[in-house]
Amino acid sequence: MIFRHRKRYIPITPKEAPDIKKDLWQKCPDCNKLIYEGKLKENFKICPHCGYHFRLTTKEWINLIVEPGTFEELDANIVSVDPLEFKGPKTYKEKLEEERKRTGLNEALVYGRAMIGKTPSVLSILDSNFIMGSMGSVVGEKFVRACELAMVEKKPIVSICGGGGGARMYEGLISLMQMVKTSQVVGKLKKTKTLYISVLTDPTMGGVAASFAFLADILIAEPKALIGFAGPRVIEQTIKQKLPHGFQRSEFLYQHGMLDQVVPRSNLKQTLTKILTIFAPSQ
Amino acid sequence: MSEMQRKYLDFEKPLEEIEKNISELREIKKRKNVDNQLQITQLQQLFREKTKEIYANLTAWQKVQVARHPQRPRTSDYIDGLIEQFYEFHGDRIHGDDPAIIAGIGKFRSKSVAIIGHQKGKDTEENIKRNFGMAHPEGYRKALRIMKIAEKFSFPVVTLVDTPGAHPHIEAEERNQALAIASNIYQMSEIQTPIIVIIIGEGGSGGALGIGVGDKIAMLEFSIYSVISPEGCASILWKDQKAVKEASEALKLTAPELLKLGLIDEIIKEPSGGAHSQSQEMIRTLGDYIEKNIAELSSIEINALLEKRYEKYRNMGFYKIENQEIL
Repeated sequence: MIFRHRKRYIPITPKEAPDIKKDLWQKCPDCNKLIYEGKLKENFKICPHCGYHFRLTTKEWINLIVEPGTFEELDANIVSVDPLEFKGPKTYKEKLEEERKRTGLNEALVYGRAMIGKTPSVLSILDSNFIMGSMGSVVGEKFVRACELAMVEKKPIVSICGGGGGARMYEGLISLMQMVKTSQVVGKLKKTKTLYISVLTDPTMGGVAASFAFLADILIAEPKALIGFAGPRVIEQTIKQKLPHGFQRSEFLYQHGMLDQVVPRSNLKQTLTKILTIFAPSQ
Repeated sequence: MSEMQRKYLDFEKPLEEIEKNISELREIKKRKNVDNQLQITQLQQLFREKTKEIYANLTAWQKVQVARHPQRPRTSDYIDGLIEQFYEFHGDRIHGDDPAIIAGIGKFRSKSVAIIGHQKGKDTEENIKRNFGMAHPEGYRKALRIMKIAEKFSFPVVTLVDTPGAHPHIEAEERNQALAIASNIYQMSEIQTPIIVIIIGEGGSGGALGIGVGDKIAMLEFSIYSVISPEGCASILWKDQKAVKEASEALKLTAPELLKLGLIDEIIKEPSGGAHSQSQEMIRTLGDYIEKNIAELSSIEINALLEKRYEKYRNMGFYKIENQEIL
């Protein structure tokens, strides 16, 4: 049978097909196993196979440890400039723009007032998603302001720290000086009897580790977080051999007496609440 | 350092040529008894002029090379030249002694001072012993111990910075390199005695800062001070180890650039061919700087000095609030 007639095309508006495969499964960077995204979210973003703690965003941290609706961000409008007029394959301005779009953050560090358990606190979060959580002028300034706020309002300061990039290259020596700026304020915390708790997350390295991150009264780390001074690749180049498994991970630091505790994410809020209660002035 | 053994850098080749000609003329003069003194004097004059010309126009990368020059005066040279009755301390009282940092006390122009510095080697043998001036945590802890002694007796502290960086090694990590540096930075901000920091060669990042917090920060004219080595920066950002020239420019690691950014207080002039060309002159100049600044800082009441030290670092940083640029 032959039909001869004009083909009729029906115009349809293209709809975005629901992408079932994308983002549904995530690969664990530590054990390489695949994890169903829903399962990951239920489980505080902890790998059910090996216990690796996926990196959280600032928002996720707030949701994890702060009482709902109590976080009040401060100084969100402090932003980076390009003091060196950095000329690299990418300029600093381009890099900043890119990171802002990608993360939805203005800078790597966010701080503000927050209720943690029943304790009004100051919370500072250094997000490793923004230029590797590296410390430039804004991170330095905001951390110091967070401490100053804690002192003025006589509150403890809790710092969640994911500073894998160390001092930020794009700001040259200015970023190195942020190490001094953020370390010296610890002396003021001491004089004003302000409690400082530091939670180290994956990764905390270089200039961030070698300054404010390590100078807290209480040092807690998440399991399997990479923490140290020199980057593992630099060390491997120096010693010309592979590093042992687990080197510079939280458990390694704990064994060497560098941390008070390795706390799984599922217990973090509880742990912080307990510590804050002990330090709270007696009724 | 005698001129005969001087090592010439790539961009100093014209100087090496002239020097070769001078020695040839001298040889002829000696052997054949010819009077060519006029020629020699002219060449010597040319050598000085050419030196001046080259050193007046160094690029950032060339300064990196001068700062790392194997014949540049080391901490030990300044101690030998400036400190009488030097008494060196050893060990951190916990783990061991770190030869990458020298720390001691002595008389400087009749005043008691503490002096602490990274020590690079003068030859391969010493470099191995000194670990190329790359300190372990023990080195930073020893430095702090000596600063505490200085504080106890109100001796001013002088630190000489010359390191590629803190030692990146398994053992250093095991003994908490990060905390060793962090503690020094924090404690130096509170040490109750004047601290003068001088970058004499290479100021390599956190490893430099571990003895680098103070009331006065000076740099020798051709020294460098950087958050990361040009090589490290090149390989991370350019993905190319060879992009060191570009990285050196971008990082703004030279003394004049850092002075302009307000991160250092003063530049100490070097002899026209760099510190390595006339080390005795360099040592004297550095001594004069120390003398002048000890006098100045000692006249300030200690609490005022500490407050000033705190404020200096508190105000370091460039950022913007809304549309307003603030230093």
